[in-house]
Amino acid sequence: MAGDLRDGRIVIVGASLAGLRAAEALREEGFTGSLTVVGDEPYPPYDRPPLSKQVLLGRVAADSTGLPMRRDPEADWRLGVRASGLDPLGKRVVLADGKSLPYDRLLIATGTRARTWPNPEEAALDGVFTLRTRDDAGELAERLAAGPRRVLVIGGGFTGSEIASACRERGLEVTVTERGPAPLVGALGGTLSKLAAAMHRNNGVDLRCGVTVTALRGDASGRFMGADLSDGSRVEADVCVAALGAVRNVEWLADSGLAAGPRGIACDAGCRAFNMYGIVTDDVFVAGDVSRFPHPLFGYQMLSLEHWGNAVAQAEVAAHNMVSPGPLRRPHLAIPTFWSTQFGLNIKSVGVPTFSDHVVIAQGSLEARRLAMVYGYQGRVTAAVTVDMAKSLDYYRHLIETAAPFPPAPGAADRPIAADIPVPSDVPDPKGLSHGPTVALTGYLPDRRLTVVHPTG
Amino acid sequence: MAADTLLERITDYANRANPYPLYAELRDAGSVVQQADGSYMVGTYHEITALLHDPRMSADPRSRTTPSPGPSEETARLPFLRLDDPEHHRLRTLAMRPFGPPHSPGRVDAMRGEITRITAELMESFQTAPQIDIVDDFAYPLPVTVICRLLGVPREDEPLFRQWSDTIVASADVTTEEDTTERDRAGRQAREEMGAYLVGLADQHRGRPTGDMLSAFANEPDPAMRLTPEELAETAVLLLIAGHETTVNLITNGVLTLLRQREHLDLLRREPDLLPRAVEELLRYEPPVHMRERIPRTDLDVAGTTIPKGAPVVLVLASGNRDPKRFHEPDRFDPTRPDNEHLGFGSGIHLCYGAPLARLEAQAALGALIPHLSTARLLQDPPPYRQNAMLRGPRHLPVQL
Repeated sequence: MAGDLRDGRIVIVGASLAGLRAAEALREEGFTGSLTVVGDEPYPPYDRPPLSKQVLLGRVAADSTGLPMRRDPEADWRLGVRASGLDPLGKRVVLADGKSLPYDRLLIATGTRARTWPNPEEAALDGVFTLRTRDDAGELAERLAAGPRRVLVIGGGFTGSEIASACRERGLEVTVTERGPAPLVGALGGTLSKLAAAMHRNNGVDLRCGVTVTALRGDASGRFMGADLSDGSRVEADVCVAALGAVRNVEWLADSGLAAGPRGIACDAGCRAFNMYGIVTDDVFVAGDVSRFPHPLFGYQMLSLEHWGNAVAQAEVAAHNMVSPGPLRRPHLAIPTFWSTQFGLNIKSVGVPTFSDHVVIAQGSLEARRLAMVYGYQGRVTAAVTVDMAKSLDYYRHLIETAAPFPPAPGAADRPIAADIPVPSDVPDPKGLSHGPTVALTGYLPDRRLTVVHPTG
Repeated sequence: MAADTLLERITDYANRANPYPLYAELRDAGSVVQQADGSYMVGTYHEITALLHDPRMSADPRSRTTPSPGPSEETARLPFLRLDDPEHHRLRTLAMRPFGPPHSPGRVDAMRGEITRITAELMESFQTAPQIDIVDDFAYPLPVTVICRLLGVPREDEPLFRQWSDTIVASADVTTEEDTTERDRAGRQAREEMGAYLVGLADQHRGRPTGDMLSAFANEPDPAMRLTPEELAETAVLLLIAGHETTVNLITNGVLTLLRQREHLDLLRREPDLLPRAVEELLRYEPPVHMRERIPRTDLDVAGTTIPKGAPVVLVLASGNRDPKRFHEPDRFDPTRPDNEHLGFGSGIHLCYGAPLARLEAQAALGALIPHLSTARLLQDPPPYRQNAMLRGPRHLPVQL
C-alpha cells in the first residue's frame, strides 16, 4: 500500500509558497512518481511578504524575491497557464490552454488574489493598483519612486497599513481611508486598533476612518487624479492602491462538486477536501490560503487563514498525507501565526485574536509602544499579539496550546497595572470594514444553522 | 544515588569531563528535581524552554529569597544579562545599537574578513610546531583578538583583563557551597576594577571615535540613548567577558569532537558547505554554556511540581539538548541533523546577544582548521577541563599535527 502511494501521478495546482513546499515535501517523503506543478503566473515560486515592505521602499527589486528551494522537487512546471476546471470522476485537471492533466492525487493550493476596486472602469484608470503579485509590486514601486504628490490607500488592513508606512518612509504624502473605526480593527480588535491609528497619525498619514470611497476620478486621458469620499470630501492623488482584502481562487472549481466557496475549500484536519455533500474525498487535498480547516482549539470551527506560516505547515502535512496510508496520516494542528512591520513597529500574532471576548495588556504598555496583548474567550487564552516584543510570543503560544485560564497569571516583571483590567476585545463584524480579515472563523454557531452555499463564489 | 545530590555531583570537578550521564539521570528523575539545598533543577527540553520564555521567571539574583536571600549590596549594578524587563530591554537595546540590527545591521558580517585574517595569522605558527595546544594557541586568542578590536580594547592589555575575567566568571558559577561571601566579594571587586578600566578607555575615545563599540557608546549624540558611566561599565564588562569566555569553548569542543569522531572530519572536509550546520550541531551536542539560573517571581507550577517564589532554579541547557523526547538519537553528533532547535544560545528574551558573532567565529575557525586536522591526533583524551561547570570547556587541548 505505502509503496503504491509513493508512486503514481501527483498534480499540484498553485505554484506559490504552499505549492512549492508541498512539492519539496513530497520528494522528501519518498514520492518517486511524476509530479506536475501548475501556476497561472509566469514566474517560479516567489515570496510575497517583502512585496509590501522592502520592495515598496526600493530596497529590493520586485523580481528578486524568488523562494529558495530546499531541494529540487524534480517537477514538471507548467507556469503561466491557469487551471480552468476539474473533473473529479475522470481525475483530470483542465487547463486554460485546452490541455488536461490526469492525476492519481491532486493538491489544490491556488491561494488568493487581491480584491479589485468594484467599478471596472474606475479600476482601469492609470495609477490605480492592487498589491498581490510581483508585477503589482514592481509597477507600484516604480510609481512611488517617481514621487507622486499623494497616494490614496483604500483599506486600513495589514496590506494597506504597510503600504502607507512605506509611503511615509519614502517621504510621500498618503491618505488612508477605512470604513471601520480604525486600521487593523478587523484583525486585532478595538484596543490595538487605537494604537494603530495613533501610529498612522504620528507618522504623518492622513487617516480617514468611518468613511468609504464612493468614486475614483480620472482625467481625460484616463489618469487617476483623485477620489470622492462618503463624507462629501475629496482627495487629490496621483496613485491609488485598493487594499480591500483577498478573494479565494475557487472559481475554476465551480463545476467540480467540491465544497469550494468564497471562504475557500473545506477540508478535514488531514487536508483532504470535502465535496459539496460534506463527504470527504481521498484523492483531492488542499493547502494554504485557499483552504478552510477545522481546529480543535477554536471550537472545531473552520479556520481560513492568509498566513505565510500556515501555508508552509499545511503544505507539509498535506504532502505527508498524500503519500501515507490512513493510520500514518497526520492532522494539521499548527497554531496560526503572522507578522507585520509598519511604522517602525514589529507586530506579531499567535492564535486567533478575533476568537475572543476580552483582552488584557499582560506585559509592557501602549505608551511605551511595546506590549503583549492577550486575548481571551470565555475564560481561556485564545490569542496574543505582541508589539516590539516578539520574543514573548512563544510563552503565549504555550498558553493557547494548553487552554490556559484568561486573564494570564500575574508575575511578569514588566506587568502593567492594566493587566488587572480586562476590557472587551471589541472585534467588529468584518462586513463593516474596507479590509478583509486575514484570519476568519468560518464555521457556524449552533444558533445559526442555515447557510446558503454558492459554489461559484 | 539520590537525585537531590545531582547539582552537587554535576558541579563536582571530577565529573567535568563527562557530565552527560548525570544529565540523563536528571531527566530520568523527573522534569523538576528538588535539591538538598532547596534549589531546583530542570533538565528536560520542553520544560526548560517553557521556563526560559516565561515572563514570571526572573534572571535577577536579587529575586532570590530562599534558601538564603540573594545579594543585596549590588542594588543597581547588574549587567542586562541579570536584569528583567523593562530595564533589561532598555539596556540590551542600547547595547545593540553599535552591534546589530536595526541600527547596525551589517556590523557582524563586516568582521568576516578580519576574522579570517586573524585565523590565518594564528595558524602560521602551526607550520613550525608539530605539537600545539588548541586552546592557548588558537581557540582562546582568536575570540579575544576579535572582541578587543570590536570593543576597542588594546589587545596587549589581555593579561590585565584576563585576571578580572577569571575572577568574575568563577564568582558567577553555579555552586552548592553554602558560604560564597569571599567569592562574591572578589567577583564584585573585579567587576568594579574592570568596569573602571573599560569606562576609562571609553573616555579616551570621547570626541575621538575610532569605529569601535566603546567609541560608539562614548559618542552617542542622543542623550536618551546614552548609557550612564555605571551602565557602560556593567555592559562593557559583560560584552568583553561573554565575547571570549564562551567562543573559546565552542571552537575547542569542535576540534575535540571532530578528532574523536573522524568520520565527521572527513565529511566536513569533503563538504565544507555543511560547516554552518555542523556548528549548530556542536551548539547542541557540546554547548559552551551548560546551565543558567532563574528565579520564579511567583509560585510556579511546572509539570506538576510547584516551585516556590524566590527559589533558585538551575536550567540545564546542555541536558535539554540531549533530551530524547525532543531530539532523535540525542547522544549522536550529526552535522546533517534536521530540526535542530538547540538551546546552545538559550532562548527567550535573554537569547545570546553575541550569537551571530560566535557563529561566524566558530565557522571561520573550524573551516580553517579542518584541512590541517586530517593527520592530527589528540595527545590527551579526555583533556584537562576548566574549573567552571556553567561555562564548561577544556583548559588545554594538546594535539599532534
